[in-house]
Amino acid sequence: MNAAQGLKVERWTPLSAVATAGGVALLVALAFGPVLFGANALDNLTELYVYVILAAMWNALAGYAGLVSVGQQAFFGLGAYAAVQLTNHGVNVWLALALAGLAAGAISLPTSFFVLWLRGGEFAIGMWVVAEVFHLLVNLDHSVGGVTGTSLIALSSYDPVERRRYTYWLALASMAVLLAAVFVLLRSRLGASMQAIRDDEQAAGSVGVRVLRAKLVVFVLAAIGCGAAGAVWLAGQLTFQPNSYFSVQWTAYMLFMALVGGLGTFEGPIIGAVIFFAIQNQFGEEGVWYLVGLGTAAVVFALLLPRGLWGTVEDRFGIRLLPLGYRVRKLGGGRAPSTSPRVAAESELT
Amino acid sequence: MIWVNQVVQGILLGGYYALLATGLSLLFGVMRIINLAHGDLAVVGLFLLWWLHDQGLSVPAALAVMLPAMALAGILLQRVLLERSLRSGVLVPLLTTFGLAIVMQNLLFEKFGADIRSVDIGTFAYNGWKITDEIYVGHLPVVTFCVAVVLLGALQLFLSRAPIGRSMRATAQDPDTAELVGVNARAVYLVAAAIAVATAGLAGAFLGMRTTFDAYVGPTQLIYAFEAVVIGGLGSLWGTLFGGIVIGVAQTVGAQIKPQYSILAGHLVFLAVLGWRLVNGAIAARGGFRAALGLET
Repeated sequence: MNAAQGLKVERWTPLSAVATAGGVALLVALAFGPVLFGANALDNLTELYVYVILAAMWNALAGYAGLVSVGQQAFFGLGAYAAVQLTNHGVNVWLALALAGLAAGAISLPTSFFVLWLRGGEFAIGMWVVAEVFHLLVNLDHSVGGVTGTSLIALSSYDPVERRRYTYWLALASMAVLLAAVFVLLRSRLGASMQAIRDDEQAAGSVGVRVLRAKLVVFVLAAIGCGAAGAVWLAGQLTFQPNSYFSVQWTAYMLFMALVGGLGTFEGPIIGAVIFFAIQNQFGEEGVWYLVGLGTAAVVFALLLPRGLWGTVEDRFGIRLLPLGYRVRKLGGGRAPSTSPRVAAESELT
Repeated sequence: MIWVNQVVQGILLGGYYALLATGLSLLFGVMRIINLAHGDLAVVGLFLLWWLHDQGLSVPAALAVMLPAMALAGILLQRVLLERSLRSGVLVPLLTTFGLAIVMQNLLFEKFGADIRSVDIGTFAYNGWKITDEIYVGHLPVVTFCVAVVLLGALQLFLSRAPIGRSMRATAQDPDTAELVGVNARAVYLVAAAIAVATAGLAGAFLGMRTTFDAYVGPTQLIYAFEAVVIGGLGSLWGTLFGGIVIGVAQTVGAQIKPQYSILAGHLVFLAVLGWRLVNGAIAARGGFRAALGLET
């Protein structure tokens, strides 16, 4: 249709083909991490992968579907809890850790009935209540030691070198699968639906977007992701204490990473996670002032740079590394002057 | 009889939750903002009160200083943060107020440390009236409840009678049209924010009198307040009192069953209300339950 007007709609560009191939190649290369890196680097990378997962999941919720959740720690904690419970019931510990995300996703289904129809701030705090409920219920569960928590003894029996390797691979595989899932979701029809909902829920509904179904898909995906992150974290820490896994601090971290990197961009949260990782390792010891800094940064970015670092770069230079949206080009080179580089459904977060 | 007593205590506790929820409800009603820092603002007011009292002021005198200071803080909050956030869309106020909450909690922790405190009000904290052998109502809960009722009544009167109150209702319905007929929406928002933050401070003061506190109790208070607001119907003032009472009774009755169930019972009642509304809404809408969830076309 557009071609008749001298315009061309394209999804893949040479740049996005190179960038996608580069991303896949990087993931493949990282799979050889245990051969290439020392113990310390492996632990650090595992930690980083957890942050990337959390940031990407929170971004999928808030940045693409407009669901600001203050309760994602619910699924982070439930993932770890599920891994402990499955192991206690005789499942192989690595299998349990791998399945934990799915368990969190399963729990998110009934949860969604209560909260998904809430809007904006109601959803935000509604999720917080949900997180508190799961936290309190796990606290009451004596089989995992209640408030005191427990440790994943089955994992302690493994040789530390081997354990570190498997944990690393588990983290990398979880991250790769989840990022791929977000990637596929965003390219699908449902991805466009989600963004339409984010921009104007009523308008989206009126043009035939099935609002609740689109929200449900991203909600469950984010729950699976946060659950998987919780399980990986458990594999790294070996101890499960409900108070630290169900802490709202995790949501604060997710919000910071997604906001700083760029809410509503695929690459942004990954960059945000790297920045957060660096800050965490540099200033994590500072405690209180470090958290004050994170909160301040979140406020400043939300007000002054709402598209985050990567979103700003994208807008400034008009580049799209990944083939997530569509580009409209004038035939014969150059971009169509009056056309946004993305389709309307991918407009900026406002 | 013990159950009757728990219900009575729950109703009185509901007064505190209503007090806490008033500002949250007002800001939502007028600006459609859910202020995620509301609980922490209450705690800021509380620490200010505690500090003034520690400096030698009596509790009433400290209150007389703290409440105007909190109103000022509300104006500042509106001018610096909320006004800009509102301009940037519906999600940004959530992000900024959550960020602000983290900043305030940790600054309070930095200044006041990990000590657990309470506001010393002497025998007022535990004296009370004995109704029967098993029912005993404390002076403080009764005063808290009365203050909540008076405050809600005054606010209701203010919204229906005072010129600025009426402007506030007009702005809440439609800010653009209100401006067309001469309402200064910006000024209205400033007044709403001042009232909301001052009442949060007042609720904080009562929190500090009835229990111990530290720098990190704000988020829990926000959750209780939010539950009260949602159960009572967002933006409805008397509904807020009703919602507060529902949460209060759920918590005290839950505590009677087993102390650990107290808070959980409040949350579960809240979720039950949400679920009940969903089912009701689905049945009301044509197509029934599955269609309401978007599972069918």
